[in-house]
Amino acid sequence: MRIAVLSGKGGTGKTMVSVNLSAATKKSTYIDCDVEEPNGHLFFKPVGINEEEVSVLIPEVDKEFCNGCKKCVDFCKFNALAYVKDSLIIFEDICHSCGGCVLLCPEKALTEKEKVIGMVQKGMSDQVEVFTGILNPGEPSGVPIINRLLDENKSENKPGNKSESEQMTFIDCPPGSACIVMESIKDADYCILVAEPTLFGVYNLNMVYELVTLFNKPVGVVLNKCLEGENPAEKFCLEKGINVLTRIPFDKELGLLNSNAEIAVRKSEKYRTIFTSLLDTVKKEVHHETAFNS
Amino acid sequence: MIIAVPVDEKNIKSRVCVSFGRTPYFLIYDTDSKEDKILDNSAAASAGGAGIKAAQLIADNKANILLTPRLGEKAADVLKAAKIAIYKTTNASAKENIDAFIAGKLSLLDEIHKGFHGHGG
Repeated sequence: MRIAVLSGKGGTGKTMVSVNLSAATKKSTYIDCDVEEPNGHLFFKPVGINEEEVSVLIPEVDKEFCNGCKKCVDFCKFNALAYVKDSLIIFEDICHSCGGCVLLCPEKALTEKEKVIGMVQKGMSDQVEVFTGILNPGEPSGVPIINRLLDENKSENKPGNKSESEQMTFIDCPPGSACIVMESIKDADYCILVAEPTLFGVYNLNMVYELVTLFNKPVGVVLNKCLEGENPAEKFCLEKGINVLTRIPFDKELGLLNSNAEIAVRKSEKYRTIFTSLLDTVKKEVHHETAFNS
Repeated sequence: MIIAVPVDEKNIKSRVCVSFGRTPYFLIYDTDSKEDKILDNSAAASAGGAGIKAAQLIADNKANILLTPRLGEKAADVLKAAKIAIYKTTNASAKENIDAFIAGKLSLLDEIHKGFHGHGG
C-alpha cells in the first residue's frame, strides 16, 4: 500500500504528516522524494546508512566526426546545444538526458557519458525503513533520483516479504505540482493532501487537487494548523466534496516537537492517538477504493 | 560589420527589448550596405535555454556585434565562442543605439547575470 503525501506549497506539514504516519505504523517504509530539500531524515535520524550515487547520461562530442549539421542543436527542446565557429557547445546542466541528440547524429559524433546528479540513502529508524533522495544543487531535474527511490522500494517487496498490499509505504512528495511531483505519485494507491487554513493555502490545495484528479488517484485531505473559526481549506473541501481525513490543531506542543526534530507520535500520547486514528482512516479509505474500483 | 539588436517592434525605430533570449524580434543591421532586416526570434517560446538559442540565431546570421541591455551567462558563452562583441544599450531606440555604437559611444557589457532559469520542473 503506497500512500503519497503532498501539498501545493511548502511548509504545510507534508513531512510532519508522512513522518508521523510512518512512525505510527509499526513496520513501514518512508521515502523522502523532496530531493531538493529532503528533511525527513532529520526526524528519523536513521542508522546503518547505505549510500548509492545516481547518474544520468549526457552527450559528449567527438570533434573529429562532427560535421556541423546542427541536427542535434535543432532537435534539443531545452536548447542544451549550440554550434558556432565549427565547434559544438554542450550545456551539461541544461541537458535533460533524453538521448535524442545521440540517436539523431548522422555522423555518430555524439556518445553518452555518465554524470552523477545526486544519491539515495537508505537506513533504519526503529522499524521504519528510511529512504532519502538527494539532488546535487544546480541539477535540472530530480526525476531520475525519484525513479531510483521508488524502484528500489519496489524491489524490496520481494515474494516472501510481506506482500506489497500489506506493507505500508509513505511517500513524502516535493511541494508543487511539477514533473517531480507527478513522478512521486504515479504509483501511489492513495494521495493525502495537507492543507493550511489560509487563502493562499487553498489556492495551492486546488492545484494539487486538480493534479491528483488528473491522475485518477483517490484522495483525502488533512487539515493542518487548524484554528478556531472559519477554515478556508475546509470550506474548499466541502464545496468540492473532498473527504477530510483529520484536523490537526495549531498547537504549541506539536510546534515545539517539530522544531526540535522530534517525531510527535514517539513522544506524545495525544499525537500517537491522532496519527493512529488517521492511519486507520487511510487504510479503510484505500480498501474501500480498491473494492470500489475492482 | 553586422550588428544585432533585440527589438520590441519590427522596425529600426523600435525600443530595444529588455530581454535578449525572449525578445520577439532581432534587428540585423549591416554597416557596409546600411541595410537592415528583422528576424523573428524563434527562441522566444522556448521552455528553457532561450538565450542559447537566440545566441545561435544571431551567430547564424553572421552578426559581429550585439547591442543589448543585459544578457545571461549561457548566452554569453555562446556569443564569446562565436566571437561576437557585446555592447550595452542605453534607454534609446535601436537606431539611436546603432548610431551611438558607430560613434564609439557605447561601452562593453561587463555585467552578465546568472539567468532566470530553474523555475518549475
